[in-house]
Amino acid sequence: MLRTLRALPTVMRIGFVEAIAYRAEMFVWVLATTMPFVMLVMWSAVAEAAPVLVKGQTWGSTQFVAYFLSMFIARQLISAWAAWEINWEVRQGLLAMRLLRPMHPIVSYAAQNLAAMPLRFFVTLPIVVVIAVSPARGYMNHDWRVWCLVPFSFFGGWLITFFANICVGALSFFMQSSTRVMDVWLTAFFVFSGYLFPTDMFPEWMRRITDWLPFRYQIGLPVELMIGRHGFQEGLELMARQYCFGLAFMAFAVVLWRRGITHFQAFGG
Amino acid sequence: MQSRYAVVMISVRGLKKHYRVSKRPPGMRAAMKALFNRQYETVKAVDGIDLSIAEGERVGFLGPNGAGKTTSLKVMSGLLYPTAGEVLVDNHVPQKREVAFLKKVMLVMGQKQQLMWDLPPSETFDLNRAIYEVPRDVFKKRIDELTELLELQDLVNKPTRQLSLGERMKCELAAALVHGPRVLFLDEPTIGLDVSMQVAMRDFIRKYNEEHKATLILTSHYMDDVAALCPRVIVIDKGLVSFDGKLADLVQQIRPEKRITLRFSKPVDRKDVEALGLVVNWQSAESQLQVAQDKVNETVARALATLPVKDLNVENPPLEEVMSELFARSRTAREAQGAK
Repeated sequence: MLRTLRALPTVMRIGFVEAIAYRAEMFVWVLATTMPFVMLVMWSAVAEAAPVLVKGQTWGSTQFVAYFLSMFIARQLISAWAAWEINWEVRQGLLAMRLLRPMHPIVSYAAQNLAAMPLRFFVTLPIVVVIAVSPARGYMNHDWRVWCLVPFSFFGGWLITFFANICVGALSFFMQSSTRVMDVWLTAFFVFSGYLFPTDMFPEWMRRITDWLPFRYQIGLPVELMIGRHGFQEGLELMARQYCFGLAFMAFAVVLWRRGITHFQAFGG
Repeated sequence: MQSRYAVVMISVRGLKKHYRVSKRPPGMRAAMKALFNRQYETVKAVDGIDLSIAEGERVGFLGPNGAGKTTSLKVMSGLLYPTAGEVLVDNHVPQKREVAFLKKVMLVMGQKQQLMWDLPPSETFDLNRAIYEVPRDVFKKRIDELTELLELQDLVNKPTRQLSLGERMKCELAAALVHGPRVLFLDEPTIGLDVSMQVAMRDFIRKYNEEHKATLILTSHYMDDVAALCPRVIVIDKGLVSFDGKLADLVQQIRPEKRITLRFSKPVDRKDVEALGLVVNWQSAESQLQVAQDKVNETVARALATLPVKDLNVENPPLEEVMSELFARSRTAREAQGAK
């Protein structure tokens, strides 16, 4: 553990340098995450045409602007792509090079993913400025204690996303390509996370189901905290659930990875 | 084969690695059938290998494609579990992949790379320094040494993608040696390299072995690599060891004949050359004969007496021929055994 911690600064530094080297690809990826802007335009138009009820409250277009701009920021900061990396490395036989190193591959994937965060944070800065100078600012959270929770909720969301990626990636030890499983996961994520519309817009019974699914805690919760949907106490409780999901995915990912590696070592790669 | 008093670095007893793979004939019908009734067969990649390699030895692992060479190396480096048998590398069980073990070994695969594609090799060196916990002063000294020996001065700060295959391979080797592994598994390290680059790589590998007393196992389809680097060879075919000993003994055992190359000052008739022995290559100005070792002196004397020889050369048959003969013999022996 100490050995890994000592190596981390260098691993993270090189991960950051690598992220800079792949800045063009990252820019393309950012373009692929602009769905919140599309939703912003759509839902703002809907809200201007007729009142939209969200959990008993009428949302105007400005509230949707605040929601979807926050959603764009959250999307940048909770992202992980380890599933595609693992899938590629298993298929190409490149995982062997990672396994030969005395650092757990999950740690190295995590370091690589986290190392790109400063660059992603940089991408979100213009949106932060837009929120700060636009009327949307009035619909953001005003409780500083809740703002203190926001970075931790981003990290909690990232934990779920990252370990879900590891789980899906580890499936490539057992099947020819696990990226199709990731497609299924992403479809569910788009519907149940609040990415396309606030989960509060679901009928009550369905919204309750989303409470027990991981997707809302991936990205919906950080956004809800940013726009002040929850007080400090409620935010803490929801984050406790979020971290429970994160830890559960972590445990599941580690078990699946171990089994996958055993399978890999038995059948070759 | 290794010296009686040498420290055993790698010990392999009864190593087997069998895979269960699905099979189906081509065609739509077979594809549909396989959906409901999949057929499997067991592939015996390695089927009972025993070997012992001493500290500091350089051993060539030879065999045709699919013989089980790479599988054996992967088992010895901890990437694969053996189906049966016992493997110990410096008293570590490789498949446990303990940190102490991983710090002692490295597998270099000519067709797989650890260098980060869009970053300069120096970044991969630094990453390995951190991961393998190489002290900075040792790292600097080692990198300086590797840079000089492999002539990497102009390469280490260029993005890997801008390097040629040979340049990449040199950097790959340097990255693999940052932590000073005591056991080096080299799987086709010179594949795709031009002749001068191959020579440079061989020289470097030999120097590393001599200076660090590193144990080295090499697989290569280039027999020149093996001849230049490996005093001992282990031939593996269909998962079994068919020869373990000195390279010279292997040549002597399989092809005891010598090759005499004759160059003539004026054109000669083929029948005049055939009178001296078996002609394996004939041109009117240059011919090659194959003769038994005890007939070399006599044949050379006769050639000088009867033909306008301006130059001659006596050598062993090419290693490639020796190997293909060895593989052909073991195939025939297996087929004969199967027929019984």
